[in-house]
Amino acid sequence: MTLALDLALCVLILGVALASVAGGGVFRAVIFFITYGLFVAMAWARLGALDVALAEAAIGAGLTGVLLLAALGRLRRMNATSPPHRTGLHLPAAFAGAALACALGWAWFALPAPSPPDLGPVMPQSGVGNRVTAVLLNFRAWDTLLESIVLLAALLGVWMLAQDKDWTAPLGPRYHAQAGGVLASFGRLLPPVGLAFGVYLVWAGADSTGGAFQGGTVLAAVGLVALMSNVMRPPRVSQGVLRAALVLGPAVFLCAGLLATASGGAFLSLSPALAKPVILTIEVALTISIAVTLALLVIGASGDGEYAP
Amino acid sequence: MMADLATYVLTALGLVFFVAGTVGLLRFPDTFSRLHALTKADNLGLGFIALGIAFQTETWAQLAMLALIWALALLAAGTVAQLVARAALATTQEEE
Amino acid sequence: MTLTYYALTGAVLVGLGAYGLLAVPHLIRRIIAFNLMGSGLFLFFGAAGARGGVPDAIPQALIITGIVVALSASALAVGLVVALARRSGKAFLPDDYPADDEDRAP
Repeated sequence: MTLALDLALCVLILGVALASVAGGGVFRAVIFFITYGLFVAMAWARLGALDVALAEAAIGAGLTGVLLLAALGRLRRMNATSPPHRTGLHLPAAFAGAALACALGWAWFALPAPSPPDLGPVMPQSGVGNRVTAVLLNFRAWDTLLESIVLLAALLGVWMLAQDKDWTAPLGPRYHAQAGGVLASFGRLLPPVGLAFGVYLVWAGADSTGGAFQGGTVLAAVGLVALMSNVMRPPRVSQGVLRAALVLGPAVFLCAGLLATASGGAFLSLSPALAKPVILTIEVALTISIAVTLALLVIGASGDGEYAP
Repeated sequence: MMADLATYVLTALGLVFFVAGTVGLLRFPDTFSRLHALTKADNLGLGFIALGIAFQTETWAQLAMLALIWALALLAAGTVAQLVARAALATTQEEE
Repeated sequence: MTLTYYALTGAVLVGLGAYGLLAVPHLIRRIIAFNLMGSGLFLFFGAAGARGGVPDAIPQALIITGIVVALSASALAVGLVVALARRSGKAFLPDDYPADDEDRAP
């Protein structure tokens, strides 16, 4: 019975993926991709990876969907031409794709039997109860530190694509919402609930499902809703608070790492006694930075130039 | 046992509404009637499913979360339907 | 058995994404194809990590990192597409349609 459920889910995933690659119309492709993200999130839940399921639903389906829809809107306002629709199969590409899929399929059956490292004995030293959080912020903290810097680098890249004259203009496209309309009321009603839920996800992430990334994404989504409904004014590159929020997470993370070095340990190593408070501090700072960075990545550079006649 | 039975009946009822909503989405002629099918039938379907699962909850917190999910989905669906309808209205007026 | 389903689904997704990346000209669709490739690989990796019975936490943490990095890469790619469209008025690369380019030349 459950096998049939998994099989149906896999078929659905492949179906919507195919529709988003080969179906007609770019708008449709984006909508299918959002649906795809939700199905994949269900697949993660079936695999027992609940933290990944949350991240996929919030980031893979949610934020990426908003990003792509906004991009289509900007392209339409600029009257960008779409390529003529190609019919038929592109044979060399089909061959390359099929070869890649077959190679991976073969690799699956050729994989040696697993011997995963047992985290059980070291978990008490990590300071948190959720194993994924322990890996992200303690055992493999290097990855997470560098990732927070990658996010920052991507944002700088996005900003640098703006035209010079737009540098100090409000970021992102302009949104229109009728004062007192449905969107405006939605923008006032949702943020309090979303804020509470985002903070809850970060707090719960220490011992059960959740964490800085998932919580930060929910907070970023709250910010986006507030921006789109004109409840919040669009941010500008020149705002000091904004820049501080962007670097807060990586900075606190680096400081924690350096403090560990100063107290005689290796960089980013946490002594078991201090692990819990240090991880909590890093997580809070990281959540703020992740939320602001993701929201800014999604709205993109200033779009004022696109409205010039 | 009774709780399981209630779950079966209510989730099945919810699924019927989902099927009806999907058929409406696929078969109705224009955006407005499709929205009608989607928001009415699916929200009710989700309500029945949430109610069905509510019989399986063990704590009040889980029950409250289920209620919250349903309320948020209702709010989001209502808002989105309004926005889609407005956008569709704007395009039909442009075309005329 | 369940894991094999998901791993093979992941393998097919990688192939499908590679096909889209190579064959589809619209750049937004290429970004989608790139994301399909990434998430297919994550699915494969996650299924491999779950073979021990309980899902291994280390692949899960790496996959969460990967999902976030994929979003930032997509955002940068979208920025590039918008910048290209602003300069050339096209949502595709001119190399894909050389003939079309000559038509537009003044």
